[in-house]
Amino acid sequence: MYNAGDLKKGLKIKLDNEPYTITEFNFVKPGKGQALYRCKLRNMVTGNQFERTYRSADTFEPADMREKKMQYLYAEGKKYYFMDSENYEQVFLAADQIGNAKNYLIDNTEVEILFFEDKPLEISLPNFVDLIVVKAEPWAKGDSVSGNTKPVTLQTGYQLQVPPFIEEGEKIRVDTRSGEYITRVKD
Amino acid sequence: MEDGWVLARRQGTLWTRAGMIQAVRRFFSERCYLEVETPYRITAPVPEYYIDAVASGNWFLHTSPELCMKRLLAAGYLKIFQICKCFREGERGSCHLPEFTMLEWYHQGIDYRLLMEECEELVAFIASDLGCGEVIPYRGKKIALQMPWERLSVREAFECYAPLSLGESLERKRFDEIMACYIAPHLGERGPTFLYDYPLYSSVLTRTKRDDPSVEERCELYIGGMEVANGSSELADVDKQQLRFEKARQFRRLQNKMDYPAPERFLEALPAMPEAAGMALGVDRLAMIFTDSPAIDDVVTFTPEYI
Repeated sequence: MYNAGDLKKGLKIKLDNEPYTITEFNFVKPGKGQALYRCKLRNMVTGNQFERTYRSADTFEPADMREKKMQYLYAEGKKYYFMDSENYEQVFLAADQIGNAKNYLIDNTEVEILFFEDKPLEISLPNFVDLIVVKAEPWAKGDSVSGNTKPVTLQTGYQLQVPPFIEEGEKIRVDTRSGEYITRVKD
Repeated sequence: MEDGWVLARRQGTLWTRAGMIQAVRRFFSERCYLEVETPYRITAPVPEYYIDAVASGNWFLHTSPELCMKRLLAAGYLKIFQICKCFREGERGSCHLPEFTMLEWYHQGIDYRLLMEECEELVAFIASDLGCGEVIPYRGKKIALQMPWERLSVREAFECYAPLSLGESLERKRFDEIMACYIAPHLGERGPTFLYDYPLYSSVLTRTKRDDPSVEERCELYIGGMEVANGSSELADVDKQQLRFEKARQFRRLQNKMDYPAPERFLEALPAMPEAAGMALGVDRLAMIFTDSPAIDDVVTFTPEYI
């Protein structure tokens, strides 16, 4: 159990059986009056946000979250399927829960999925993934000015800027946090 | 080394803060106030409804110097002031530190109305000493310091800004919430505002108003939506004082809060205390205003998180 005094930005709590994360927090207290804990909360399932003010005597249940290692299988419509490699159980996340992660998912990518009870909520990717370039303009020889870039398309459909010497069929490493090219990868 | 960078950037606000404190001392010494120091570590803190003391061995760190300063008044001191640290359990937010600096002064023979004027003069004196001019910027607002400042009774403030009347707010136990969330943000937006005449609700040491027993002679100063000071005509009636302490202690026991011993020495001295008024002003918060700082962290050297 958490007390009002434990509330802070980023804390995850359970309200009416749903998980919420505190996105903004402030402690206010009229000089002679009682302490008030003003929170902005986001429902981790629906994304809905609202504000609420709590008092010192209020208590909160922690949201029971756990992370599980899973493998990406495939996408069907707006559903992205993952499999628990230990028990072969499958779950899916909706496209809006996946967000930008879809740019980096290929078959068998190992990811961590955050669960609330048995509901999958969020995906966290490895910081770096290696992906194949499926479309690139040919390298115009002589264009060796450092800092020049060209757009390429990866096997996931993701487009990004890379150095001009990268060619179709090559594999590159991408930082999933920034979405940027890191280096060329030789198998 | 992030800390070093944070500290280095605070130098400007710390210079202003130091200048402010020098101005406070000059203001009071020009008016023949005696600067006093009373112990931080005491045996019995004021049994307040919503202020909790930090224990220090079998004793406590004071939450304000009020009781000791009133014993000085009772002993015949006419005008006294003190700048000291106060300690309050669990108070931490953008305008709260569990250890903060308080300016507290007492003036024998006046009531809260004259006290409000004295407070106006003090803040104006500090502003002119810092070379601020008559309008200061605070969090995107322009605060005009020209006197006299707005005075608004608590009842009027509820009529102007609250979704519920004062009576309903008290009945539904939402007074503090309405005050903090709906009223305070509007107070002192263009110039400082005194809120005055509080319902008999949570203060323990304030005198009831003579011609309206439904309120007490208490005032709070707001600047830019932030409470900066709290003052009152002091309660000098021992029987009433004892009753107030008892009620507050009962409340604390019901709420499972720590029960403090009764402040016996203070109660013994109280019959000798003359009529007086006293103000407590948050020095850190005033420094936030004079340095246009959004957080109390910006005007102190170290916050508890960085010690």
